[in-house]
Amino acid sequence: MQLLPLILLPAVASGAAYLVRSVRLRSTILVGTAAVHLGLVARLWGEPGIAPGAWLAIDPLGLLVLSLVSVLFLVVAVYAVGFLRREPPRGGRVFVTGLLGFLAAATLVAVSHHLALLWVGMETTTLSLAPLVYHRHDRRSLEAVWKYLLLSSVGIALALLGTFFLAAAQTWGHPLLLEDLVAGATSLHPSLLRTAFIFLLVGYGTKMGLAPLHAWKPDTYGEAPSLVAGLMAGGLTSCAFLGVARITEVTIAAGLATFVQPLLLAFGVVSLVVAAAFMIGQGDLKRLLAYSSVEHMGLLVLGLGLGGVGPYGTVLHLVNNALTKGVVFLAVGNVVLATGSASADQAKGILRRLPVSGVLLLLGLFAVTGSPPFGLFLSEFTILNAALAQGHTWIALVVVALLAIIFVGMASVVLEVVYAPADNPAPAVRESLLLVGGPALLLAAVLVLGLYVPVPLHAMIAAAAQGLGVAAP
Amino acid sequence: MTGLHELLLLCVVLTNFWVLGTTRLSSTIRATAIQGMLLALLPIALHPSWSAHTLGLAGGTFLVKTVILPSFLAWAIREAAVRREIEPLIGYSASLALGAAAVALSFGIAQRIPLPESDSTLLIPVALSTVMVGLLVLTTRNKALSQVVGYLVLENGIFVFGLSQVERVPFLVELGVLLDIFVGIFIMGIVVFHINRAFDSLDSTRLTELKD
Repeated sequence: MQLLPLILLPAVASGAAYLVRSVRLRSTILVGTAAVHLGLVARLWGEPGIAPGAWLAIDPLGLLVLSLVSVLFLVVAVYAVGFLRREPPRGGRVFVTGLLGFLAAATLVAVSHHLALLWVGMETTTLSLAPLVYHRHDRRSLEAVWKYLLLSSVGIALALLGTFFLAAAQTWGHPLLLEDLVAGATSLHPSLLRTAFIFLLVGYGTKMGLAPLHAWKPDTYGEAPSLVAGLMAGGLTSCAFLGVARITEVTIAAGLATFVQPLLLAFGVVSLVVAAAFMIGQGDLKRLLAYSSVEHMGLLVLGLGLGGVGPYGTVLHLVNNALTKGVVFLAVGNVVLATGSASADQAKGILRRLPVSGVLLLLGLFAVTGSPPFGLFLSEFTILNAALAQGHTWIALVVVALLAIIFVGMASVVLEVVYAPADNPAPAVRESLLLVGGPALLLAAVLVLGLYVPVPLHAMIAAAAQGLGVAAP
Repeated sequence: MTGLHELLLLCVVLTNFWVLGTTRLSSTIRATAIQGMLLALLPIALHPSWSAHTLGLAGGTFLVKTVILPSFLAWAIREAAVRREIEPLIGYSASLALGAAAVALSFGIAQRIPLPESDSTLLIPVALSTVMVGLLVLTTRNKALSQVVGYLVLENGIFVFGLSQVERVPFLVELGVLLDIFVGIFIMGIVVFHINRAFDSLDSTRLTELKD
């Protein structure tokens, strides 16, 4: 199975979407490319394998990230067709071009086993989504896109510096090739590797939105169209996490686990604290979800830093987080389309006005805060379990307390939006299947993952987590 | 040819101070153009083998960093009709002093990190100090355009660092890196232009509507 067509297909489609004038044809290109991409990715599940020395290869973790991006993208693509019908397609052309460009770049990140190539893909994901953040062409979205570009670019620049440090640390094998880095990990220069790890963690951590590097996130998610914010919170952050996971794998293989793990734990706990602090009294649904994203990114690196069953919990959490973010952002997107605002004061009585989206938002709230029986409960439970098993009782207690605060903070806003009577009640509207079908399917998937993890998925997650934990001494 | 690359590297440091010390935006853009030219000459001076790889890297760097980006930035300030950085967060003499401190610090750090088989003892300290100057400009200047220049200087510093790995990191990747920097600055420039239209100013301190 060649991986190159998987990158070229959306790249070519992106160019075609820019040249086409008909809106219908452009929508067909968008959804068609997303569907074919998902079909090709599904075929990869039968035959994962790594050719030695290849720059593009598919391994369990890369395949998981690729599948998540592809599933989420198909849902977002279908939603985008409905969205562009409602919202005058000022940037319809740029919009679809940017979305497909993102898919090509994210695919490149997921299949890159050459860490400089991975960097190129990561930078391209940032740039391809920038015009979409500026979709509304007003002052607020301009400020958001400026912060997004500047902070992400500086982060990504530091990641490049880290990549060069990693190349300098290497004395054996093909330069910057993941397999050779892991295989020859003990021959890496330790102090250069440490420097590389710090720069890469800070760089890709900025793109993940780990606190205190998250400053761009609330503004960007708050101002970007909801479907773009959902694609960022579920897809872009998963790609950035892959960058952090790759360098963690190399550094742990080099026997520096005691150096890596405290750093990851610190970023994780700080992210949870910041998310909890800023969620209290947050009156804007999309900014609320942005802090929820900071929280979940924190949990991802926390699990990675714990060792034991932590990495398994992290990878499972990655899957659940990406799917759930699709549900909540698209449901909020429907609220914004109907009421013109994501502010909790102006969007009330949603359950009456948008019955389906209201239910999706309500169930999405329980899913995203990690309540049973949804998937995030299972993965958060696994991570807490790892904390207790590894003797980090205090971390487990602090995390449980913070998760409780976060639940209260989110629930107080979302419940008001869903249930409180509207100031000027409007009749219920018929909701387009394009706008509610995708998120409903994602919600069903998150529910299933909370009840049981299918065997092939479990095997893939276990294989992906293997390299991220500490090998037995 | 032994002395040439050291001379070029010293000139890179001088252009850093030029960026730090000048008030006129057009002058800082000229400084980055000259810095870009020095960077384009460096691969040839460091590896005087005239391979296609070295020449391609030098040509690409020259085209992007000396011709396209500076003229694009110059176009942006002409359209936006801004001339000067009015009130930087830190004064000019203070930022020059900080720049000097960055150079000293970089030499200190470079001695501590044992970099193998480096072509020039100046390469790493100059790279690190350029990165620091870039970050300094990014964080202390208010004009959006100055911040773009700061980002460009930061990327130039990383480029110099990358030259120590030029034989190991393959060509294709370097081209991709160059292209990404180009597109990044290009998009930033467009945003700068829009900021001017929407706010009648290029002052990023006015971008304060979004907060919690």
